[in-house]
Amino acid sequence: MSVFWDQVFAGLVSGCVYASVALALVMIYQATHLVNFAQGEMAMFSTYLAWSLINAGLPYWLAFALTVLVSFGGGVVIERVVIRPVESAPLLSIVVVFIGLLVIFNSLAGWIYTYTIKSFPSPFPSQPLFGIAHVSPHGVGAIGVTLVVLVLLYAFFRFTPLGLAMRAAAQNPQSARLVGIRVGWMLALGWGLAAAVGAVAGMMVAPIVYLDPNMMSGVLLYAFAGALLGGIDSPGGAVIGGFIVGVLENLVGAYLVGNDLKLSVALVLIVGVLIVRPAGLFGKAIVTRV
Amino acid sequence: MGALLAAAGLEAFYGPTRVLRGLDFSLQEGSITTLLGANGAGKTTTLRALCGMIRTRGEIRFDGERIDRRGTEDIVRLGIAHVPDGRGTFLHLSTEENLRLGGYARKDRRAVAGDIERMYEYFPRLRERRRQQAGTLSGGEQQMLAIARALMLKPRLLLLDEPSFGLAPLVVGQIFDIMRTVNQKERVAILLVEQNATMALELADQAYLLETGRIVISGGADDIRRNNTVRRSYLGY
Repeated sequence: MSVFWDQVFAGLVSGCVYASVALALVMIYQATHLVNFAQGEMAMFSTYLAWSLINAGLPYWLAFALTVLVSFGGGVVIERVVIRPVESAPLLSIVVVFIGLLVIFNSLAGWIYTYTIKSFPSPFPSQPLFGIAHVSPHGVGAIGVTLVVLVLLYAFFRFTPLGLAMRAAAQNPQSARLVGIRVGWMLALGWGLAAAVGAVAGMMVAPIVYLDPNMMSGVLLYAFAGALLGGIDSPGGAVIGGFIVGVLENLVGAYLVGNDLKLSVALVLIVGVLIVRPAGLFGKAIVTRV
Repeated sequence: MGALLAAAGLEAFYGPTRVLRGLDFSLQEGSITTLLGANGAGKTTTLRALCGMIRTRGEIRFDGERIDRRGTEDIVRLGIAHVPDGRGTFLHLSTEENLRLGGYARKDRRAVAGDIERMYEYFPRLRERRRQQAGTLSGGEQQMLAIARALMLKPRLLLLDEPSFGLAPLVVGQIFDIMRTVNQKERVAILLVEQNATMALELADQAYLLETGRIVISGGADDIRRNNTVRRSYLGY
C-alpha cells in the first residue's frame, strides 16, 4: 500500500508542474485559440537562466524572483516582436512560428549551455519529511509553490481591473476595444504571465528531472493532455487536469506499463479525450453555426 | 458653437469595396441625431467608421480634434461610447463585471463604483441580475446592460446601433424612454441608427437619410417626418 501512496505523491509533484504548464497553455489558448508549442521550451530556457544566476552566486530565491520577472518580460517581447506580425496570418503559419520558437529555444539552450545534463538545486531541505522516505521536501515545496502561484493568478484575474480587462480582451476583443481596453497589450501581458508561470514550473521540475535542453518536451505533452482533459478553455479545469494526468501517469507507469511507456499515457489520454469528450471535463462545448 | 462631431467626405471600405461614398454630417453637443436608411445603406458602417473599426478616408473631427487616424481604443477614451450591433455584451462575465469594464478607460476610477449604483437606479432590472452571467440575460436586459455599459464611460457622445433590434414592442418603448432620459439627465449626445424610423424621428432633433452609402436627405427631425419620400419609403403611410 505504501508503494501506492508513494506513487500518488510523486504523481502530485509532477502534476503540479503539468498543471502550471497546462495553465500557461490555456492562458494563451483563450486569447488566441492556439496552443503554444514553444511553452515548454520557453520554460526550459528560463530554468537555464535561473541556473546561470544561481551559479553566479545569487541566493536561490533572488534568482527565482529575477527569473520570473525576466521570463515575464521575455514573454511580452516575444508576443510583440514575433507573434504580433503574424497575428492575422493563417492558422498553419502561426503554428509553424510556434514550432520555430520551440526549435530556436531548444538549440539556443544547447548552444549556450551544451547538451550535458546538469543538476539544478532545490531550495528545500533534503531530509525526508515526516520520516516517510518518499515524501521529499522538494515535492512538498513544489506543490506549495505551485498552489501559491495558482492562488495569486486567480486573485489577479478575479479581483483586479487589469485581470478583468485581460479576460474581456480574450473573450471578445472587439467589445474590449469599444470600452477602451488596449487588446494588443493584453495579449502581450498574457504571454508574459504564461512565460512566468512556465518559468516557475521549470524551476520546480528541474531538480527532479535534471536540467537539459530536452527536459520539457515530455512535460509539455503531459501538460497538453492535462489541459485537454480539464478543458482547453477552462483555466481551473486545466489545473485539475494537470494533477490528474500526473497521478495517472505514475500509477499506470508503476502498475501497468512500466516506466518506459509512461509517455504513451499522455498520448492515449489526448486521443481518448478528443474522441469521447472533446470539450474536456470542465470545458464548454462550442457550437458553431455554419 | 462648433459641432461636437463633424464628418467631411467620409468614405469607408470593407476590403477594396467602398461602402460609404463621401458623407458630410455633424451633430451638436447634447443633441439626438438619427441615421435612417434601408438595410445595406451604410448606417452600421458609419458608426464603425467613426470609431476607427474599419478603414476610412476623409475627415472626422470630435470636439474639433481629428480622430480619423486614431485607433478604436483612443477614440473611445476621448468620450465616444459605441453600443455595437449585436450589443457587444461580454457574455461569460457577470452583469456587474460588464459595467465595471464600461468604466475601465476612465481616469477617475474611484467614481466607478458610485456610477454602477447610478446605473442600477436607471435600470433596476440590472441590479437584480448583478451577479448573473450576462449571457443568461433576456434580450431587453442585455440591451439595457449594453447602454449602461456605454454610459459607464461617462461619454460625451453615445453611438447606438439598432437598440430596438429583436425586442418586443413594450421593451422597445422602455429603451426609447431610457434614451430620452439619458440624453436629458447625463447631457450626452446620441447618434442613433434605427430601423424603426417612426420612433427614431419622434426622439431625434435631427436626422440623416442614407441610401447606398450617400446622404440623400438631411434636416430637422420634424421636417423629415413630413417629407413625402421619407413618409412613403420609411414610415409606411
